[in-house]
Amino acid sequence: MKRSLRVGYLALIYLFLYIPIGTLIVYSFNNAVFSMLWHGFTLNWYRVVLQDGSLWIAVWHSFYLAIAATASALFIGTLAAISLYRYRFRGKNLLQGLLFIIIITPDIVLGIALLILFSLSGLSLGFWSLYIAHVTFCIPFVVVIVYSRAKSIDPNIFAAASDLGASELKIFWDIIVPILLPALISGALLCFALSFDDIVISFFVSGPGFEILPIKIFGLARLGVNVELNALCSLLFALTLVLVCLSQWVTRRKTI
Amino acid sequence: MKHKFQYFSVGLITAWLCLFGLLSFLVMLTISFLQHDLDRIAVWHFTLQNYIDLFDPIFFKIFLKSFYIAFLVTAGCLLLGYPFAYIVSRLPEKVQNLALLLLLLPFWTSSVVRTYAMMSLLKTKGLLNAALLSMGLIHEPLQILFTNTAVSIGLIYNLLPFMILPIYVNLERFDVSLIEAAKDLGAKYTTIFRKVIIPLSMPGILGGCTLVFLPAMTLFFISDLLGGAKALLLGNLIEDQFLMANNWPRGAATSVLLTVLMAIGLLLYWSKTNKRVDYEAVT
Repeated sequence: MKRSLRVGYLALIYLFLYIPIGTLIVYSFNNAVFSMLWHGFTLNWYRVVLQDGSLWIAVWHSFYLAIAATASALFIGTLAAISLYRYRFRGKNLLQGLLFIIIITPDIVLGIALLILFSLSGLSLGFWSLYIAHVTFCIPFVVVIVYSRAKSIDPNIFAAASDLGASELKIFWDIIVPILLPALISGALLCFALSFDDIVISFFVSGPGFEILPIKIFGLARLGVNVELNALCSLLFALTLVLVCLSQWVTRRKTI
Repeated sequence: MKHKFQYFSVGLITAWLCLFGLLSFLVMLTISFLQHDLDRIAVWHFTLQNYIDLFDPIFFKIFLKSFYIAFLVTAGCLLLGYPFAYIVSRLPEKVQNLALLLLLLPFWTSSVVRTYAMMSLLKTKGLLNAALLSMGLIHEPLQILFTNTAVSIGLIYNLLPFMILPIYVNLERFDVSLIEAAKDLGAKYTTIFRKVIIPLSMPGILGGCTLVFLPAMTLFFISDLLGGAKALLLGNLIEDQFLMANNWPRGAATSVLLTVLMAIGLLLYWSKTNKRVDYEAVT
């Protein structure tokens, strides 16, 4: 294939990926409510978004839900990955099987299974139901990322540390955690993104008392295209951009 | 001490997954065999009715339609994604990383945001129609939004990387000397492509198709936003059973059926590739 043809093809796919978002951003500055014609530059829609109190509550809910879910999933998942790597125990195959099943099950099935479980056990839908659901779908990703990094640790290090009298907890904090740090960071970022963006599972296990951002956006988008939503989505995309650049920067620094 | 640490770690994860993974799936399976009741979730009475219901012409039509759309979307992703993966895998390593970063960047934003963006692009007074009108390609705006086409485009837009990444991972390990050998032996480029490159990248293709086909049947919010109020996908059918019809046993039965379909797909994949899906390809 010719070089120009290759570059052209890549460019076309990138256009397909970026035109919708680009349009959204450009029109979030458009000084008109419905028209797609350009009516001049305005920051008005951003002002409307920033002053919308119910939106900020949803952002805040999403944020602390994602932080809580990330922290718990990271804790449980890391301990699980290390156990899977270091120990032999009964039920190891069952555990690996369960992790695998949760990764490959369609989101909607997990969402419904949890919804049924919550309603039968009388747990009202709100923060805790969302928290449990998010931790559950984040754990397998942490395990996979941490486990693949843990595989590169030389097992003799543990034997040496034990011989020198280090306790299991000390080995964990002083040896395993520092070695795994890059994996822990990328695992945490992935969990945060998964939790902050999830719609399919959250849709089933969230209740009216605890509104989170993706559900709120979904509700607004269902009513049709509106300029305020353009501005909100542009802000979210900008935030993503900053976070991705930041994570690139962090992982690059770690490798040096 | 060693035992305490180990018991704690293993106990914690096992308890969590058994309670919220295994138990919830088992409860769902049980409910799918119970009788529907208007006041409660279900009554204790074994029945196969929920499964028989699924073969009702109305539901069966949705199944077929959902399959059809998922098939179109998978084919679309493969046709768009394969050349992309191939070209990227032949780039110098530094450019490769940049190309992949650019591919994945939009996917770090919420899929609702991306679907909404697609919605505003496709609407009757949207940019796409304005561009086509001004180029003189069409004379009146096309009604794309709220059609199957819009849903398919939205699904392809959301699922394309899931096709590209497995194929890329596969092609990246590809041994270029095989192509040179084929060339030396006098094969034309089309023959090389058909007889060497495609067969060797088959595991990547199958993996990508699995990762696209199943979500394409279940991402109900995309068809809610781009397809209007029609129940198009299996995912919408499930959503409706839980929110509108309030028939949880039937919704559970649909989910079980979906899980079974997924299991069949995976078994097919394994029998074709003779190896387990590695975790890294899934993430």
